[in-house]
Amino acid sequence: MACQCAQEEQKRQEALARVFEHYRGVKGALIPLLQEAQEIYGYLPGEVMQKISEELKIPFSKTFGVATFYAQFHLQPRGRNIIRVCQGTACHVRGGARVLESVSEKLGVGKNETTEDLRYTLETVACLGACGLAPVMMVNDDTHGRLTPERAAEILDKYE
Amino acid sequence: MHTLMDRCCDKCTHSPASPCKDYILCRKTGPLCHDDEQCRRWRQDLLNSINLPADSDRRQILICAGTGCTSSGSRGLVDALKTALKEHGLEDKVSVKITGCHGFCEQGPLMIIEPQKVFYTRVETADVPEIVESHLVNGQVVERLLYVDPTTGERARTYETVPFYARQKRLVLHNCGHINPENMADYIANDGYTALTRALFELTPEQVIEEVKTSGLRGRGGAGFPTGMKWSFVRAAEGDKKYVVCNADEGDPGAFMDRSVLEGDPHAVLEGMMICGYAVGADEGYIYVRAEYPLAIQRLKIAIAQAEEYGILGDNILNSGFNFRIKIKAGAGAFVCGEETALLTSIEGNRGMPRVRPPFPAQKGLWGKPTNLNNVETYANVPQIIRNGGAWYAAMGTEKSKGTKIFALTGKVNNTGLVEVPMGITMREIIFDVGGGIRDGKKFKAVQIGGPSGGCLPDEQLDLPVDYDSLTAAGAIMGSGGLVVMDETTCMVDVARFFLNFTQAESCGKCTPCREGTKRMLEILTRICEGKGEMEDIDTLERLARVVKNTALCGLGQTCPNPILSTLRYFRDEYEAHIKDKRCPAHVCQALLVYTINPEKCTGCGNCARSCPAGAISGEKKQPHVIDASRCIKCGNCLQKCKFGAVEKA
Repeated sequence: MACQCAQEEQKRQEALARVFEHYRGVKGALIPLLQEAQEIYGYLPGEVMQKISEELKIPFSKTFGVATFYAQFHLQPRGRNIIRVCQGTACHVRGGARVLESVSEKLGVGKNETTEDLRYTLETVACLGACGLAPVMMVNDDTHGRLTPERAAEILDKYE
Repeated sequence: MHTLMDRCCDKCTHSPASPCKDYILCRKTGPLCHDDEQCRRWRQDLLNSINLPADSDRRQILICAGTGCTSSGSRGLVDALKTALKEHGLEDKVSVKITGCHGFCEQGPLMIIEPQKVFYTRVETADVPEIVESHLVNGQVVERLLYVDPTTGERARTYETVPFYARQKRLVLHNCGHINPENMADYIANDGYTALTRALFELTPEQVIEEVKTSGLRGRGGAGFPTGMKWSFVRAAEGDKKYVVCNADEGDPGAFMDRSVLEGDPHAVLEGMMICGYAVGADEGYIYVRAEYPLAIQRLKIAIAQAEEYGILGDNILNSGFNFRIKIKAGAGAFVCGEETALLTSIEGNRGMPRVRPPFPAQKGLWGKPTNLNNVETYANVPQIIRNGGAWYAAMGTEKSKGTKIFALTGKVNNTGLVEVPMGITMREIIFDVGGGIRDGKKFKAVQIGGPSGGCLPDEQLDLPVDYDSLTAAGAIMGSGGLVVMDETTCMVDVARFFLNFTQAESCGKCTPCREGTKRMLEILTRICEGKGEMEDIDTLERLARVVKNTALCGLGQTCPNPILSTLRYFRDEYEAHIKDKRCPAHVCQALLVYTINPEKCTGCGNCARSCPAGAISGEKKQPHVIDASRCIKCGNCLQKCKFGAVEKA
């Protein structure tokens, strides 16, 4: 029986090769490469960062250093649904902390943790720029505003 | 000629490969190179379909597709409207257009019906049939969807009469919410790229810089450096290659004006950057946008692609000999990258850590080349300055702060959203006139201005004119323009701790004062909030804050003590209450709270006792309950569960 995983891995590697092709010779390509690689893999596995270093002919330590500097990059697999609860100033004064608590309690995970079934990853963000609707959270690309702790917890059920 | 951008007939030869210098002017007033009634009429019809004349019998429905309204469900409205219009056979008479942010996100989704500018708020899909039948078919305005002023109870019939807008001066935001940001023709129909045309054909680079200097425009990113002067430094710098960079890494929690400009009027930013490129002698630009702003990135990509398609970006723009290209760099989530040298380091593909200045980016910037760096709002001001002249711009504002400033008004205020006001207006006017006062009839306590780098101003500073210099003197900064209004239920020590928590996490770690100082200051603040503070902590905190302010390498570290210093200056009594009386006057700091049950209000329903995870509440059925303070973990469950308001915080 042919293993599906092998096929998918093959596809991801091809996609990565196309990205390398696209950025060859472009100045300052490290961050875009990491962003695109994370787009393909969902996170940044060590081997992928290794490949990026080889492609750019830079030490692995530099790639690792950049990947760990920016909040956007993740070195561990993440859930299918990324929840980002805003903890910005406007959300803070309108009860953003209680929204976070309620979501965290419902999922049984803390900040920057992933549920065991890989369904959700819970993160916080400093500002989503939707302060008029505070408190706010984002699930994947959807912004949900005017939350209450109860409503925030209910919204999660929609995301498989 | 299908769109305004297309050629009218074969006589027009404009293309990116063979550009015509009159291309932009021709769109509105043409045809210029030949005389043809048909070509002229096509143009006028297209222009009239974009900006409906006041007496038009056609209707145009504008629906906000900014981030706020989208999350409130505006996308569904577009489809529902289109279906309903079809049912009534109105597709030819009524058009539906998506726009960028109107700034009044609080009331979203927003809908404006032109040309009368009827303004509907909180529109839901279920309201669509009524709007179509009542308003569009029978000409009856749907009263219940009009905005109601919370202070007077009056309904505002049109956009202009909503008090939130009436007090504003929307200069940079004039297109936001009125044009389709995904259609370049809309921008051109509203005088877009005429400033670029004027700069390229009527002004020398030096004259452009002189015009910007005359305008008195200062950097809107926060520090307020005179823009014209910065441009002249870059122009004077030696170098075969120069760059123009736009800082769109809007990281201040509570600020979203740059996002709205990028989402609502992306071409204005491109035009500003191109004029800058022409003035300083650069042929390449970068826009560094936060990855958290996917919609802004998408709109910019569309705008750049359209500008390239019609030869506004690229080589030999409008046959002027001027070349310019713009690339987008998506930030990767680091607040410090809003600092100019850190931003450049990040574009180069490194950890975004700041560099020592001098040399300033004007001398050695991106890849060591002279670089002009301004923020989104600064660039968006430029086309207006070049179009109308520096003197026209300088007539607005105060002596040292000219023009307008966009503020993101949020927090405990009735009307939250983006407001653009002339410099020099007082804080009181912004909060109480434009913002409609404090929510729920509570008392104003403070306004936090300028994000984590700014300060908190109390009510005795409310009549302060808002400009760069008065704010700095009062211990705050203009910063990016975030205004977070706080009422009596906000604890100022907690607010200072909140900001330090943020800056401590975002400190890049390069210089010791910021790396270590933010950590220690946060520890002290946390201690005070937990009721473990000593009086000497206040002195230590103040001393440490001054050391960090004076010695940190970059703007992040130099300004991060501002929230502490300003709260100490205006709200020292709250610090003392936390330390001496072990009491949080605003009832926010959990460790200092005592929960009690008011026996007069308690009905003995037992809801609180059942919700208490510590089993600290006891009482007979239908008898007043009591909380055992020694077992209470102060989770607040009982307060939320009680339907009778019997649980009280002290």
